[in-house]
Amino acid sequence: MSEQQPTVTQATLVKKAAPKSDYKPADVSPQRRVQRTFAVRLWSIRHSRLLEWFYGRFADAFLLLHPLWKGIGYSRVEAPVKFIEKRVKGFMFDCRMCGQCVLSSTGMSCPMNCPKQLRNGPCGGVRANGNCEVEPDMPCVWVKAWEGSRNMVHGDKILTVQKPVDQSLRETSAWLRVTAQAAAAREAQNPQNTGASA
Amino acid sequence: MSVRHQRDENPAGIHLPLDPLPGHTSRGRLERVLRRGEFAVTTELNPPDSADPEDVYNRAKIFDGWVDAINAVDASGANCHMSSVGICALLTRMGYAPIMQIACRDKNRIAIQGDVLGGAAMGVANMLCLTGDGVQAGDQPGAKPVFDLDSMSLLETIRIMRDNGKFLSGRKLTTPPQVFLGCAVNPFAPPYDFRPIHLGKKIAAGAQFAQTQYCFDVPMFKAFMQKARDLGHTEKLFLLCGVGPLASAKTAKWIRSNVPGIHIPDAVIKRLEGAQDQKKEGKQLCIDIINEVKEIPGVAGVHVMAYRQEEYVAEIVDESGVLKGRQPWKREIRRDDQIVAERLDHILHDEITETQVDMVKTAH
Repeated sequence: MSEQQPTVTQATLVKKAAPKSDYKPADVSPQRRVQRTFAVRLWSIRHSRLLEWFYGRFADAFLLLHPLWKGIGYSRVEAPVKFIEKRVKGFMFDCRMCGQCVLSSTGMSCPMNCPKQLRNGPCGGVRANGNCEVEPDMPCVWVKAWEGSRNMVHGDKILTVQKPVDQSLRETSAWLRVTAQAAAAREAQNPQNTGASA
Repeated sequence: MSVRHQRDENPAGIHLPLDPLPGHTSRGRLERVLRRGEFAVTTELNPPDSADPEDVYNRAKIFDGWVDAINAVDASGANCHMSSVGICALLTRMGYAPIMQIACRDKNRIAIQGDVLGGAAMGVANMLCLTGDGVQAGDQPGAKPVFDLDSMSLLETIRIMRDNGKFLSGRKLTTPPQVFLGCAVNPFAPPYDFRPIHLGKKIAAGAQFAQTQYCFDVPMFKAFMQKARDLGHTEKLFLLCGVGPLASAKTAKWIRSNVPGIHIPDAVIKRLEGAQDQKKEGKQLCIDIINEVKEIPGVAGVHVMAYRQEEYVAEIVDESGVLKGRQPWKREIRRDDQIVAERLDHILHDEITETQVDMVKTAH
């Protein structure tokens, strides 16, 4: 059945309607123009369990460094951390820097790559071959998320209902935010420790 | 003189909300029908491309007495039509029970929360939260897709507005909207094993009823329902199975390859191709599917989507016998209106200019 699906994208329609000129842009949707392949993203989803383990260690390490971040000042470390985070996550997951990472709840498949940016599960338009309704040759982000989550230890985090994206947090570091929140939660649990160190 | 009222009708006026009942979150007809355990029938109004209210009334009239609620679609397939809020405003005036569809494609959270309040104020008792088709599917592929919320966070937003009396921001509402919340389910699209679990997530977010995508593959639907029952979803939510007539084998093939998310098995297309009168066979197929799905435990009703074949909805509902003799609310002239019409109808035709003196004389 998938062979029958015509690959009519927004760009195709726009192209058809446009007056003839010498400049013919590539016949793909605007999203595809920004980003051409999904190979690394799909590798990350296949190795979601490994990445989950790694992420756990990484978050602990970042939390250990909390006094350092605090010492330098979170606002001062933000720029370099964001620079690295954007490139690393951009390479691994095609991260869009929403600033409120939910990768561990979505099988290591970044939901912001969904053309509808759905953060709670697939829409009803997934093609029979598991590809996206909007981008006919891209595997549905949520089909992959479900597959990825099945490999993970805490894969059932996919069942939690996510809040809408806070657009004002875009282009900020999710790593630093999570670390600062975890530190605050730890201090709230052991208030005497804070008192001793202060 | 007593005036006869239909069941589920406010005696003070058909456009007014019904009396609140314990355990009900809305003051609408659909929730009452479902909670009474009656097999509900809903349908979809083909939204007009016009600014004439009569177009909406005429399109709603053909469902009179056959359906419990009418979906007011929100630019379905990303095609421009009259807005769902506008259709709901017209329908509630005439006493119908609309289901206001809200798609996340075109509006951000500020506009959506405003529409929820506006809709509820007009008497809309049912709201259906949808993600919405991508803009590439419609007649305006150059539009900016919004998708600020998704269907899940939209459900949660309205639930918070209703139950906590607050906007998403936490600001208080003076009167929260009383609505019956619905969602859409598509058991016929991958990832198949995630779909029933995904429905559970929607229930957690606030869904109280669900309408499915067109069902043409009953075994697949049965498998889905089995899982949904095992997870206990059917006790927490009323599930209405989506059905509809196919006009011909050609249409079926077109839908299969052009409309995202609709699964039509080859057997269905073969059956249509083999028929003498394909349109009639399409209708019969729809009736057969209704008769099969109504027996599945956990199915609380059917949602008949007969796009551009709305005139068949009544026949389909009648011939399938799902109402079991029950007649849903029907718009009819009330006894008191009729008396007023009889007494005063002449003023519309006769040209009489009455002076106050004449009026006093005739009054005595």
